[in-house]
Amino acid sequence: MIFLLQKTLVYAIPLLIVALAGMYAERSGIINIALDGIMIFGAFIGALTALLLRKQPFFVDNNQLTFVLALAAAAIAGAVFSMLLSFSAIKLKADQTIGGTALNMLAPAIALFIVKIFFFKDELEMTNAVNSEGKSVDFGYVIQNDKVGKIGSIFFDKAYISTYIGIGLFIVLSILIYKTKFGLRLRSCGEHPQAAASVGVNVNKMRFLGTTISGALAGFGGYAYIATVANGTASGAVAGMGFLALAIMIFGNWKPMGIILGAFLFGFLKCLGVTSSRIPFLASLNLPMYFYNLVPYVVVLIVLMFTSKRSRAPKAEGIPYDKGMR
Amino acid sequence: MSNGNVPNTEKTPFLKKGGVASVISSLVCILGGLLIGFIVLLLISIFNKDMTVSDSLKGIVTVLGGPFSAGSSQNILFQFGNMLFNATPLIMTGLSVAIAFKTGLFNIGAPGQYLMGAMGSLIVALSIPTSAVPAWIVWILAFLAGTALGVLWGMIPGFFKAKFNVNEVIVCIMTNWIAANVVSWVFKATGDTFVNIAETKVNFIRKTITNGVKTPTLGLDKLFNSSYLDISIMIATAIAVILYVVMNKTTFGYELKACGFNKNASKYAGMNEKRNIVLSMAIAGGLAACGAALWCLNGSQDFKWETYSSLPSVGFNGIPAALLASNNPIGVIFSAIFLKFIDVGGSNLSAQTSFNEYVSPLIVAVIIYFSGFSKFIKDMLSKNRVKKNVSLIPDEDKVPDEAKNTEGGSKA
Repeated sequence: MIFLLQKTLVYAIPLLIVALAGMYAERSGIINIALDGIMIFGAFIGALTALLLRKQPFFVDNNQLTFVLALAAAAIAGAVFSMLLSFSAIKLKADQTIGGTALNMLAPAIALFIVKIFFFKDELEMTNAVNSEGKSVDFGYVIQNDKVGKIGSIFFDKAYISTYIGIGLFIVLSILIYKTKFGLRLRSCGEHPQAAASVGVNVNKMRFLGTTISGALAGFGGYAYIATVANGTASGAVAGMGFLALAIMIFGNWKPMGIILGAFLFGFLKCLGVTSSRIPFLASLNLPMYFYNLVPYVVVLIVLMFTSKRSRAPKAEGIPYDKGMR
Repeated sequence: MSNGNVPNTEKTPFLKKGGVASVISSLVCILGGLLIGFIVLLLISIFNKDMTVSDSLKGIVTVLGGPFSAGSSQNILFQFGNMLFNATPLIMTGLSVAIAFKTGLFNIGAPGQYLMGAMGSLIVALSIPTSAVPAWIVWILAFLAGTALGVLWGMIPGFFKAKFNVNEVIVCIMTNWIAANVVSWVFKATGDTFVNIAETKVNFIRKTITNGVKTPTLGLDKLFNSSYLDISIMIATAIAVILYVVMNKTTFGYELKACGFNKNASKYAGMNEKRNIVLSMAIAGGLAACGAALWCLNGSQDFKWETYSSLPSVGFNGIPAALLASNNPIGVIFSAIFLKFIDVGGSNLSAQTSFNEYVSPLIVAVIIYFSGFSKFIKDMLSKNRVKKNVSLIPDEDKVPDEAKNTEGGSKA
């Protein structure tokens, strides 16, 4: 059971962060369907950063520092990459679905193109590196800590620093969007941009900020996913996590609390399959793994059936801001 | 253009015509994509010691050549045939996405519908013995079974949208992964019945040719140097034409489009918008599945049955195919072939130079990115025309030669 909860925590965090990324863009009025692409791009830059840093023994010794730096690099990369979306969607008022789809294609293309040119491979794998004592150390950011008791080990054993950063980000971002002036302005741009503009809010700037925050978060989530769930291999895909996060965002009704609920529910169900053989009751049922793979998706659909009547997307999402339309 | 009966003054300027502006903006997008692709190759060749600038030129020419950069004429024919064959499922998924778009729905569920179509058609094609039933009947049954499964699968998001007001994107994403696992599960459970155990590669389903089921080729495979090409490309083309007619010339198509333009207005006008949503998604699902059926029933294709870990890219690529064609069913035929054309160019690039095949999705991505600006480009075109109208149009049509001369003279 503890193992299951540990797994859930690890799996849910990237999902949570990327779903928040989607929320920030959509609450500002921009549909960010490019989450998947931005994740891929962030993961790629993060992995590249870690790979280059680990050429120095210092960074091999301080593995957690390397991880944090790589996460930061991924976030910056995501923010920069998302500016392509901002440019097309805000500046040129282009269709946001088209821009997002383009970014989803562009990210793996760029990543794989460069990886193949310089590394002669189709994926970027984290490799062993030499530390200051001349020993070869393998990649891995996991924190082992078996002296914290049963409950403690859920949070502190086999844990990742990205989990804590992720939870911290969640708290900060939830406060930011609901309790600050900036958050109110951002949300108003997603509901009625003309009204927001009439009281002096710079809609384009707000939307740009929303999308950039979204990009940074998605980039962060991308590398967090690669480093914790996907064994440190940055290939041209993140197993559809970006789209899944989009689904979790809709599931969570574009609200932080709903999103964290959705992310953990989904993560829990998803990890149930992985750990089913360790749980005697489930093991005795002897169901194929495909069944457990199915469950989270089916559960989400069933929950949506009952909750969707209350579901409401930001009113102005996807509509380019036009001053003249009042 | 040289119609003397129409008064010149009422003529729409050539560049201002909707169709022409669309074509021009598409061309601008394509050129932009190619330019960016070339710049990327150029940059790589500059920073890479083993390459020269001329390599990047050769590279972009290779990509642009598509199958024609294959070298010998035999290879060109072979690659061209396979390109058309592989474009067939892409046309179908592109149509699937396009039809849903026309109804205001984003069908990101084409991968799942595609998988269900593949499963349905393969199971029927392999389980009815052709010793008892003629092969062509089995083919038709398999085709219909695959398509029907896709219709059912596509109806799920439509139903959720219409009945429970659930965003279709989320349901599509969920049904994609459900389909991926269902397909794996079914083929795992049926064990040796369908999985190819005769050969060592057990990851694949038996080819339908083992049961004598294959799409007729009408000699197309021979014509294109024993490629996989069969008449499925013609079937796909025919379906696209039918869809074009349905969408543009029938009440049903009008209703679907009206629903896409403004759901509330169409409801107000007495159309059953919920029924239209379900129907549109059902058609979309059927189209994607039909693409899978056409691909599988070729007879010589290996379908990888363990689909649970990744979704078929041909499903997602239906989105760019539809976008490039501005959701026009006829346009989808060309955009899908174009995408595959660039794809083949990319693999030739990878085979012949030290660049790799990922430059083609890069170019396509940039083209799609630019295609989002089409409205912007069209606006630019029409704005320019408004200014130039004063001088240009009379210049072409009305102003006598002397006036032209004086104008030219004054400039000089």
